[in-house]
Amino acid sequence: MEYTKNDLINFLLLMIISLLIIPITVKSGYWYSSILIPWLCLALASIGQQIVMGYAGQLALGAAGFMAAGAFACYNLILRVPDIPFFVALALSGLIAAAFGILFGLPSLRVRGIYLMVATLASQFFIVWMIDKFGWFKNYDSSGIITAQDIVIMGKSFTSPLEMYLVIVFVVTVLTLLAINMARGSTGRNWMAVRDMDIAAESMGISLLRTKLQAFAISAFYCGVAGALFAFTYLKSLEPVAFDIKLSFKILFMVILGGLGTISGAFIGAAFILLFPVLLNSIGNNVFHGAIDATIISSIEQVVFGVLIIIFMIYEPLGMAKLWDNIRLKFKKK
Amino acid sequence: MAQERRFPIGSPILEVKNVSLSFGGVKAITNASFSILTHEIKAIIGPNGAGKSSMLNCINGIYQPQQGSIIFKNELLSKVNPNLIAKKGISRTFQNLALFKRMSVLDNILIGRRLHMNANFIQVAFQTNKARKEEIENRKKCEEIIEFLEIDDIKNTPVGKLPYGLQKKVELGRALATEAEVLLLDEPMAGMNVEEKREMCRFILKVNDEIGTTMVLIEHDMGVVMDISDNVVVLDYGKTLADGPPSEIRANQDVIDAYLGVAHD
Ligand SMILES: Nc1ncnc2c1ncn2[C@@H]1O[C@H](COP(=O)(O)OP(=O)(O)OP(=O)(O)O)[C@@H](O)[C@H]1O
Ligand SMILES: [Mg+2]
Repeated sequence: MEYTKNDLINFLLLMIISLLIIPITVKSGYWYSSILIPWLCLALASIGQQIVMGYAGQLALGAAGFMAAGAFACYNLILRVPDIPFFVALALSGLIAAAFGILFGLPSLRVRGIYLMVATLASQFFIVWMIDKFGWFKNYDSSGIITAQDIVIMGKSFTSPLEMYLVIVFVVTVLTLLAINMARGSTGRNWMAVRDMDIAAESMGISLLRTKLQAFAISAFYCGVAGALFAFTYLKSLEPVAFDIKLSFKILFMVILGGLGTISGAFIGAAFILLFPVLLNSIGNNVFHGAIDATIISSIEQVVFGVLIIIFMIYEPLGMAKLWDNIRLKFKKK
Repeated sequence: MAQERRFPIGSPILEVKNVSLSFGGVKAITNASFSILTHEIKAIIGPNGAGKSSMLNCINGIYQPQQGSIIFKNELLSKVNPNLIAKKGISRTFQNLALFKRMSVLDNILIGRRLHMNANFIQVAFQTNKARKEEIENRKKCEEIIEFLEIDDIKNTPVGKLPYGLQKKVELGRALATEAEVLLLDEPMAGMNVEEKREMCRFILKVNDEIGTTMVLIEHDMGVVMDISDNVVVLDYGKTLADGPPSEIRANQDVIDAYLGVAHD
């Protein structure tokens, strides 16, 4: 796999925007804490969902469960392992989530499609149930909400919104590059072969067992890291209910709307799902001056998502990422 | 071909012995036996439903025959699956196309290189030297195959968008990329016009001649079969009816009665 000149230009542009332009121009903490931070965390989880679903073609639904595993693993590692470096804790949290990914990926060896979706839902319920059931995971905290520890890296704590944002940009950049490498390389090709025609993939020497479980493990790793970041920087607390089935569905929709089988789709889809409600709300407030009830706005949101998902499933299975490509190509031709 | 062959036909590489396969009550193969010789082009012919594809599926490990044995290079293949068979050096194409539809032609053919690429996902993620080197090397191999099959112009097109005939070619390319010792080709020329068939025959003969790949091919077009195969095995209702060189098959009364006699597309 070789990077093209375009890839490098895009990368540099993105880095300049996220590390220079945003930190210099965006001063309000709101933008970091309520938009940029959750966006990057959920985009990372969407990459995980993308790997298992968009690339390996396994209809898995349980991203939030793996996020919960990662979040609580990170909390316990920092709590119980003295002086553990934050990034080490983060990586280990991903690995612990990956172990769950392998476990709950096992049904993919027997069932597919909607049946697999139901089977993987088990992970969602099991992980959240386990954390709730055994007090050890929550350090026997009875209040129900545990405050996440501060992020300390090499003696410096990263607690302001901008600082936390920078930590996330670092992690997301590294993991996105690794994901792109896998997706474009032989690893991703094997996933897609299993997705498109499993019997032919097997006849070419691809082990379905290894390839599927690998996709589940890597997917869960990404979700686990995303979950830990989500808890430590966005929620700033650890509560199993934050990782409910609704979050899993949200991540699923991000991937479908963003475009199955593209890494950029994870970012685009996450942005859309996060920003659309914000946009609707501000239209409600500024255009209609609050004349529209908040509950109506939230139902509008649901309806629009539902309709969009159906439209994308039927007309543009490759999602907004593809749409964006098409638009760009049209402009280039002119 | 009076010319001396670069890879003369040798001893049996694949032996099918008394193989029987049934699906519930349907007997697909009944006590079939034949062998395939190293470096030969062997055709399997027979009417529709004779069990030809099922036979390839047994060899390839997709189906497990209830009875009989299949021996590859003096090794009994039992408890096998397609993955294992691929590793042993047998590759194939499918009757109804089994391509990776959303992947490009080049990527499809690269999957054929699967067993020549050993970098694990961590090496790929970090683009280590090993991962980069093997990717470049194998891409080069695939480019050669693409050039050989004269499909350069479509190498970046998703195969799902290609016409049937081209898809058949890509599937052959993917099988060639494996560099397997034995290729099982299930109706590689079905649905092609005379021109395309001639081209396909040229590819098959050339590969057999230049690298000595043993070819097993199922084909309904008798002209093609008699032209390119060294030996022909005839299946009828799951049984082996005859096995021998084309001249012998053409003269075999059983075959004429069962197969050649009846009009066939
Ligand atoms: N998976 C299966 N389940 C049930 N029956 C099957 C299956 N595969 C094949 N058969 C049956 O086995 C018999 C042989 O089928 P097969 O596909 O091997 O024939 P074929 O010689 O390849 O025919 P064609 O020339 O039409 O491709 C047929 O009666 C078919 O219906
Ligand atoms: Mg057939």
